[in-house]
Amino acid sequence: MHYGVRPMDLSLSPLELEFRDEIRAWLRDHHPGPAPDGVEESFDFRLAWQRTLHDAGYAGISWPEAYGGRGATLMEQTIFNEEMVRARAPAPANILGLIMGGPVVMAHGTEEQKRRFLAPILSGAEMWCQGFSEPDAGSDLAAVRTRAERVDGGWKVSGQKVWTSYAHRAKWCMLLARTSDDDRYHNLTYFICDMDQPGVAVRPLRQITGETEFNEVFFDGAVVADENVIGGVGNGWQIALATLMFERPGLGASSALQIRMTLTELAELIRSQGLDTDAGIRRRYAQLVVETETIRLNGYRGLAKAVDGVPGPEGSIVKIQWAAINQSLTELAFDVLGHEGLADQPLWTYRLLRARANSIEGGTSEIQRNILAERVLQLPRLR
Amino acid sequence: MRFDLDDEQRAIKQAVHDLCEARYDPAAANRRESSGPDEFWSELTRSGWTQLSVPQRWGGQGAGVLELSLVVEELGYALAPATFFGNAAAGLLVAASQRDEHRERWLPGIVSGERRAAFGQVRRDGAGLALDAEGAAIAVLAVDGDAVVVDPLSAGLDVADGIDVTRRMHRVAAMSGEPLHVGQPHAVDCVEILIAAELVGVAQHAMELAVEHAKQRQQFGRPIGAYQAVSHRCADMLVLVESARSAVLSAAWTADHEPDGLPFAASVAKVAAVNAAWHVAASALQVHGGMGFTWEHPIHLFLRRASASSRLLGSADQHLDRVAALTGLGRPDHAQVEAALSSATDGAAAMSRH
Repeated sequence: MHYGVRPMDLSLSPLELEFRDEIRAWLRDHHPGPAPDGVEESFDFRLAWQRTLHDAGYAGISWPEAYGGRGATLMEQTIFNEEMVRARAPAPANILGLIMGGPVVMAHGTEEQKRRFLAPILSGAEMWCQGFSEPDAGSDLAAVRTRAERVDGGWKVSGQKVWTSYAHRAKWCMLLARTSDDDRYHNLTYFICDMDQPGVAVRPLRQITGETEFNEVFFDGAVVADENVIGGVGNGWQIALATLMFERPGLGASSALQIRMTLTELAELIRSQGLDTDAGIRRRYAQLVVETETIRLNGYRGLAKAVDGVPGPEGSIVKIQWAAINQSLTELAFDVLGHEGLADQPLWTYRLLRARANSIEGGTSEIQRNILAERVLQLPRLR
Repeated sequence: MRFDLDDEQRAIKQAVHDLCEARYDPAAANRRESSGPDEFWSELTRSGWTQLSVPQRWGGQGAGVLELSLVVEELGYALAPATFFGNAAAGLLVAASQRDEHRERWLPGIVSGERRAAFGQVRRDGAGLALDAEGAAIAVLAVDGDAVVVDPLSAGLDVADGIDVTRRMHRVAAMSGEPLHVGQPHAVDCVEILIAAELVGVAQHAMELAVEHAKQRQQFGRPIGAYQAVSHRCADMLVLVESARSAVLSAAWTADHEPDGLPFAASVAKVAAVNAAWHVAASALQVHGGMGFTWEHPIHLFLRRASASSRLLGSADQHLDRVAALTGLGRPDHAQVEAALSSATDGAAAMSRH
């Protein structure tokens, strides 16, 4: 722990600069060009991109070297994420395996499980999806009703999951299911369920954007072997919470950069509409720039506060701000477009609609406020 | 990169916090009802804090804007009078004068605290207003990116009370002032950062009062902080306070280490801090319910301070205009903005440097 030893410094150290330049140079030589529009249409492109990243050792940059990663620090992950955003590089295809599936196997899996699952996550040979949310278990995740019954040598699963990105592509599902009638924080088990079997049915879910990024997944007697239980029967809730924490680290600065790049497009739009002298529009735009800058800075400050590589609950601050800014930004773009927003604006239309999910996905803004209230401000729980 | 205070900076902040707690009576924060001499000022002078703002060659300790902002944040937290902030702000402006004679004449008194400087500004109508100028030897009044020095300050200053009862406002004859010719344009931005730092302290304390009240106050059989209508209000306060704090720390560091990025960083800090201070204080008052509307409860003092300090130097709207100009929406007919542009990288470049 080096807390409080080095002086405050907002510039990159020589080593960090070297790391950044290495990533930049590599990207100059290997950038695949723009991905096709759409999560589904770009899948094969992004899978190929993941293989390219993997060959260079960049697929699981935060993973320990023993498991094929580079053991990057949080700061290096942040730099890496920023450079990917700056270069407009596509996201790797097996994103859920890389940021959640792999880390949970590394943290809670047996040696056998690590040998079996980790390598194909990195290479993209096996895609992963996440089976947590259900129609009646959204923010209240511990209310999952999908049941796993003991059978000879394993478990038989029945129930329904929802919002499952990549379910139709995935080989493995991180599955949270009830395995007993104990209290709600001790009756869940974390399984790795094979999606290639008759008891699993996937139905695409059409979103307000018209895309089918998500799915519903129906389990009807699907079988999970005993060796695919992660972290012991009855410990699913604790492991699921840990998994959700993996989702956030180091994203503040790179998502701020992403927004700044979109804001630059918005400035161009404002100028092209002749509104760059409009005081109201200018100030709304500048307010977004200010808030985006505070996301970036909150993200960096969060890195310094992280203990043993795990960011604290303050990450919820950035999540709340990120969602709100994406929404305000696209609303401003439509106000700037005026009548032109009525037709022929597929990109801003997509962005405006997609931004509505930002305050819902990955924990709603309301849940993030609960986290801040209870865990940072120590306010009493209602529950 | 390491975006966090180091041990020494932490110690400075804690020391001022402790000093305020031990020596500054919150009941005295309402200066309109306790108009005695400001003993806290002599306390700060004795402990040597006044030396912080001035370069070593003029007798000060020459600490950074960052260290100074930490002191001012804690004084804002305590709603202490403007004496220290005013003297420090004046010190930054005088130190940036193009004339050595100005520095030789005024800095020693500012450093020792023996000839304290009050800070204020010249309003658009030409009226000079200084904060807590009673007992000050001189007044430094900001005007249009420069400042004038009124020396000596006449005894028996005209009191012009405004919304902020935590400090006195005094009328100063700005016409008699001597122009300072502030050479470095970033001196004014450094003062903006101090104002923003003070506002962060105000917001932090108002939030703490609200959170404490939400834990204690029971209605419908449970603490009101258990209701999301209240707890989410408090969470929003945290988002505002931490964002403003990040912006102020970054701006102060930028002032000390990368002055080219200062116009953008200072404007971001001022906008974020003004936003945080007013909204947090107003929201904290709401959490206190009817009790928050009483004269007796201190929360209105924070609301008043938030409003008054937000009106020093550039308004949030002016800073938003500058941010717009610095990040892709330039307006060539605006001289001030152009001046700012010439000394700053554009926003994207400022981003990429970090």
